Amino acid sequence: MIEAYFIHLAILVGIYLILALSLQLALGYAGLINLGHIAFFAIGAYVSALLTLNGIPFIIAILLAGIISAGFGFLLSIPTNKLKGDYLALATLAFTFVVYAITLNWTSLTRGPLGLPGIPKPSIFGLSFSSNLSFLVLTIIIVLLAYFIIKRIVDSPFGKVLEATRDNELATKVLGKNTFKIKSIALGTSAFFAGIAGSLYAHYITYIDPSSFTIMQLIPILCIVIIGGLASLRGTVIATIILILLPEPLRFIGFPSSVIGPMRQIIYALILLIILLYRPKGFFGKVELE
Amino acid sequence: MLKISNLSKHFGGVKAVNNCGFDIKENHITALIGPNGSGKSTVFNLVSGVVKEDSGRIIYNKQDITHFSPEQISNTGISRLFQKSQLFDNLTIKENLLLAIDNEDTKFWKNIFGKNKLTKDKEKKVKEALEMIEMQSFTNKLGRELSYGQKRLIEISRTILNPHKLLMLDEPIAGVTPKLRTKISEILLNLKKQGATILLIEHDMNFALNLADEVIVLDEGRVIAKGTPNQIKNNKKVLEAYLGE
Repeated sequence: MIEAYFIHLAILVGIYLILALSLQLALGYAGLINLGHIAFFAIGAYVSALLTLNGIPFIIAILLAGIISAGFGFLLSIPTNKLKGDYLALATLAFTFVVYAITLNWTSLTRGPLGLPGIPKPSIFGLSFSSNLSFLVLTIIIVLLAYFIIKRIVDSPFGKVLEATRDNELATKVLGKNTFKIKSIALGTSAFFAGIAGSLYAHYITYIDPSSFTIMQLIPILCIVIIGGLASLRGTVIATIILILLPEPLRFIGFPSSVIGPMRQIIYALILLIILLYRPKGFFGKVELE
Repeated sequence: MLKISNLSKHFGGVKAVNNCGFDIKENHITALIGPNGSGKSTVFNLVSGVVKEDSGRIIYNKQDITHFSPEQISNTGISRLFQKSQLFDNLTIKENLLLAIDNEDTKFWKNIFGKNKLTKDKEKKVKEALEMIEMQSFTNKLGRELSYGQKRLIEISRTILNPHKLLMLDEPIAGVTPKLRTKISEILLNLKKQGATILLIEHDMNFALNLADEVIVLDEGRVIAKGTPNQIKNNKKVLEAYLGE
């Protein structure tokens, strides 16, 4: 029993890791205050769920979940290209609300608030991941792949252009770099991995509805990125593990489940406040949040 | 090499650049001088695409670059130094300089697949750029760890490293020590010997007049005089408008 609980937590940590690492790419490295990240997560979840519910194999569904989310990332980068800071945050936040409204109201496709039940567990080339342990193995493989690719991006010269764009976009342009293209790629790649995480989530929980993808779901991911430190993958990994596991002891204290949810939010908000006041770069951050 | 005609830019009711026109010759050092608010930096911003003109044309090497973006202008061979520090503070000096060498670093897939390697040629260029300003020991320091003068030298070095035919330098010696001024002066003269064309804004008259082959004087957004340093020194209009005599 306790093993099942730990496996469940490990899977959640894995899904959050992909989400947080991909947000780190856009926010920490490219400097894009993207509050639309949860919308890409939702798009990935719905795309993958709808495809597999219509008989498309999981491997194609998860890839398309990433690709379609990336497509929306590119699209979002077009109108938001010239926006910075608070304005970009607001515009991307609006995107989250738009996607939420679509999942809620396009009932012929998403069944609206009724959600999509019966999403099949993953199966790749006849290999089933229906048990939680096997799902954990699949999650670990995808987390490692995501980490490797994102690390490869940020360590490459392209990653340095991302950081240059974050630090001083005008100076980057004057050195001949097309920062619109660079920011679009960053947002698209970030959205790709958020879509992959969404697919994993949908196939793990086997049921999704619009309430899984509200702005409230973004708070822990933002906290992870800021507390771990901007432009630090190591910080993101450590912060994900700590922040996802930290509220868990509340379950054993005997609080009712209706209290545990808000308590988690309060804990995240408190930690975030303390970090912003006393350690604005987070634990391992290279840059401060402006 | 660069021809500006009838260029105008208004900010609200202020005419920052007012029907301004001049041209600069290849392999010359041209100084753009004028009192504060005469429109020098706005002209630089217009030429480098940082702000868009209200009217007028900018022709560079027979190409109309008036409506080009800053990156397009940079890629035509115009490299610009800003008045305020534009160093990437969270990158190392080496990374700052590498960014200027080419645009291979913007190719996503090439970088993902590790095909944009740090070649010996790039290493050599960075090394030479740092040797030129005698700052080899700063290679791995972060931009934010440098003093103002050191940042200025690195930025000049980065501007030079950015592939160019025309260098536009906005107050390269502002706020630097006399020793560094001499160093920067030597660097610019050396670049001219190697065939570079330089357009510079400078408030230090001695520096500008000693270095420049030609001087253009702006006042209230328009050219009031143009000539050799000696001609400018004795120009009545300049003395009245610029030196207040």
